[in-house]
Amino acid sequence: MSHREIGDMILAVEDISLAFGGVKALTSISFDVREHEVRAIIGPNGAGKSSLLNCINGVYSPQQGKIRFRGESFTQMNPHRAAVMGIARTFQNLALFKGMSVLDNMMTGRNLRMRSNLLLQALHFGPAAREELQHREFVERIIDFLEIQAYRKTQVGRLPYGLQKRVDLGRALAMEPVLLLLDEPMAGMNMEEKQDMCRFILDVNDEFGTTIVLIEHDMGVVMDISDRVVVLDYGRKIGDGTPDEVRSSPDVIDAYLGTTH
Amino acid sequence: MLYRENGQFKTTYARDQQVFPILQDRIGIALLLLVAFVAVPLLAPEYLFRAILIPFLILALAALGLNILVGYCGQISLGTGAFMAVGAYAAYNFQVRIEGLPLVLALLGGGLCATIVGVLFGIPSLRIKGLYLAVATLAAQFFVDWAFLRVSWFTNDSASGSVSVSGLQVFGMPIETPEQKYLFCLAIVVIFAVLAKNLVRGAIGREWMAIRDMDVAASVIGIQPMYAKLSAFAVSSFIVGVAGALWGFVHLGSWEPAAFSIDRSFQLLFMVIIGGLGSIMGSFFGAAFIVVLPIVLDNAPYWFGIPIDTALAAHLTFMVFGTLIVFFLIVEPHGLARLWSIGKEKLRIWPFPH
Amino acid sequence: MGSFLETLLGGLMTGMLYSLVALGFVLIFKASGVFNFAQGAMVLFAALATARFAEWIPHWTGLSNKLLINLFAIGVALLIMIAVAWIVERLVLGKLVNQEGVTLLMATLGVAYFLDGFGQSLFGNAIYKIDVGMPKEPVIALEKVFDGGVLVSTEDLIAALVAAALVGLLALFFQKTTTGRALRAVADDHQAAQSIGIALNRIWVIVWSVAGFVAIVAGVIWGSKLGVQFSLSLVALKALPVVILGGLTSVPGAIVGGLIIGVGEKLSEVYLGPHMGGGIEIWFAYVLALLFLLVRPQGLFGEKIIDRV
Repeated sequence: MSHREIGDMILAVEDISLAFGGVKALTSISFDVREHEVRAIIGPNGAGKSSLLNCINGVYSPQQGKIRFRGESFTQMNPHRAAVMGIARTFQNLALFKGMSVLDNMMTGRNLRMRSNLLLQALHFGPAAREELQHREFVERIIDFLEIQAYRKTQVGRLPYGLQKRVDLGRALAMEPVLLLLDEPMAGMNMEEKQDMCRFILDVNDEFGTTIVLIEHDMGVVMDISDRVVVLDYGRKIGDGTPDEVRSSPDVIDAYLGTTH
Repeated sequence: MLYRENGQFKTTYARDQQVFPILQDRIGIALLLLVAFVAVPLLAPEYLFRAILIPFLILALAALGLNILVGYCGQISLGTGAFMAVGAYAAYNFQVRIEGLPLVLALLGGGLCATIVGVLFGIPSLRIKGLYLAVATLAAQFFVDWAFLRVSWFTNDSASGSVSVSGLQVFGMPIETPEQKYLFCLAIVVIFAVLAKNLVRGAIGREWMAIRDMDVAASVIGIQPMYAKLSAFAVSSFIVGVAGALWGFVHLGSWEPAAFSIDRSFQLLFMVIIGGLGSIMGSFFGAAFIVVLPIVLDNAPYWFGIPIDTALAAHLTFMVFGTLIVFFLIVEPHGLARLWSIGKEKLRIWPFPH
Repeated sequence: MGSFLETLLGGLMTGMLYSLVALGFVLIFKASGVFNFAQGAMVLFAALATARFAEWIPHWTGLSNKLLINLFAIGVALLIMIAVAWIVERLVLGKLVNQEGVTLLMATLGVAYFLDGFGQSLFGNAIYKIDVGMPKEPVIALEKVFDGGVLVSTEDLIAALVAAALVGLLALFFQKTTTGRALRAVADDHQAAQSIGIALNRIWVIVWSVAGFVAIVAGVIWGSKLGVQFSLSLVALKALPVVILGGLTSVPGAIVGGLIIGVGEKLSEVYLGPHMGGGIEIWFAYVLALLFLLVRPQGLFGEKIIDRV
């Protein structure tokens, strides 16, 4: 549960529909996310959860519907604009830069905030050098926070899966996002790793006030850490409310547990 | 035992970010520079300069430029020869048409023109990649080949189709003897290597590598692929252009478009592959290898007492190149640079095995 | 008008020759997803082998029937190309399974260099003749329509027919036979094909051998026309724009692409060339391909390239 006071609506998804050729991934999805809250998106495999996240940060363009973020309304978002506006995300299959070290991967998250031009960088002089150090300090704080100091110079491709997931999170955090989209951050983790990841997510929400939208399969995690939940099934929304409300909703029980006749 | 890092603690990020964080490396580089700038000019025979050192330096510079594009940013280019040609001919035109223009400015002007052409032919990279991009860069290669052959303005209406320069000097000092040429090239190459190293370990270098590794994720972070790719083409072409100008002015003295043909493009690509993609040092290794190898192959039979004719030696060179390319791609795609750093890793813990 | 037609026909014929080389590219790409930069070197190698063996066989066996000699030479060349295919698969392709396309491309570049050097070391580097008894005198056609008639090279005509026959054969092969289907599966996804039991290495040897055969045909026809020399392997570079235009995965595309490039080159040289200083043949094909890449990268008949996120 978020310890912060939950604010007003910061993101609204309005009547989003997405299709790939003949396959309908999302049909008329609408819900909102309030500032500082932890919102979970759950649903069986293939329900369209990742596609929904992709629409929010502009990787996919929905055929219909609008996205409202921080007062502005978009029919088409693109990834760059989403990043500039303060949306960061992690990927289900990890989209890390395999050829670079942990530190460098996370430093790329600071790219939007780097101002110095090519020439100054080439000379490694004055403002460019100072900027590099400033951002390095910021990233090091995130590295401390995620407890991956020992691996900062290791090439990301060589790390075990659980640590790679942390680096993915770290890179998103380096962007100092207002809204953090997490796509199955705990997939493939054991119990301890999950606890660590939960702790990180809650700490981020607590300390920085970052609004979090996460896709997750582990019901225990969802019930424990989220303020509100959206349930998808076959691209449609079938539930929306607090964890308790959703848990006892007959539609959700139907979709997940099936009914006996 | 010698290569220990014991006791070398870095207490500030600035120290950690140094190019050569290990003390022994710094000493090594300092020694290398000392030898290069002082010992070699005093001791080396003239043949060494003309046949090996000067070509090595200039081609290493070109390979450095190509490595930025192919190794760091992952954009393939088979048109490097064309960009060298643009640099050479542009510098020539600057020098010939502007009275009293300093040599360095002419060279840099050549680089700038190469930058413009490079960015132009880099635009397709925004839509296509891999093999298709390779074909686009070949278009650049052949078009430029033709332009410098047929459009007589570029050669200052030279009747023979070739151009020449002479009487080079910088800051009043002449650049005529092999030693002077060598030192001039060495200075330029060292400066560019430092600048390039700063770029690749800074923000733009990370952008390039992000695009190389996964361009979709890069755009999610806020990196603009267009800016990253075109800047890679720009920086790469600038360096290659300056190298081309040096090749024409300092090494050849007089040249025709054939000096920058597709064979040159392939040669540079081989240097980058064998030396190590994504490594500044690798460009030097690759250049040294490719410059020295034909000479070794030409002369080795004599050393062994088996004379072979030059045609056969040339064919053998082709065969060895081809085999080595395949070998490196299979065994060590990161080239000699990776072998070098593996060697250093082993050295750090020597005499222990691990 | 007559000279326009001659230029056009000349362009079509040259285009046919390009198509023959491009066919080899398409075959290998279609069946293994590898872009074979070494195709040109293979053409040269095959041509050299054929030419030299045609010279040597009479010495060794005392045969004098030209047809028989050439058939034997081609047969020996085919065996050699199969051996080359086997070696390339063993030493190069087999070790680079599932690497990125660019790596494989550069590996074939290495193979090209190797074959160039090897072929010339083995067979020599002078200019050799191939004489398969093709008629050299041109035919004068359409005398009634155009004054003086139109000059048609019989040699090129035969080349065109041979190429057409080859295309037909290959198209049938891919569509109708089991091996053809297997080849298409491999082109799609190496690992998936392996996992359903397709023997990747055997398939690759087959494909490269067929491409080798195509290289022999191309080499014999080119060599008969121009003489067998080193510049033959540079012709391969011309085939690149052809496959870009036609589509990397399309056999008919290789023909259409070749014809367009051949005609385009000749026409632009004759009609545009004089205004631009001449010699635009060296870049025309490439710039055309570049324009296609910007507008329609998959070419006229290729499959649309989908870049998955």
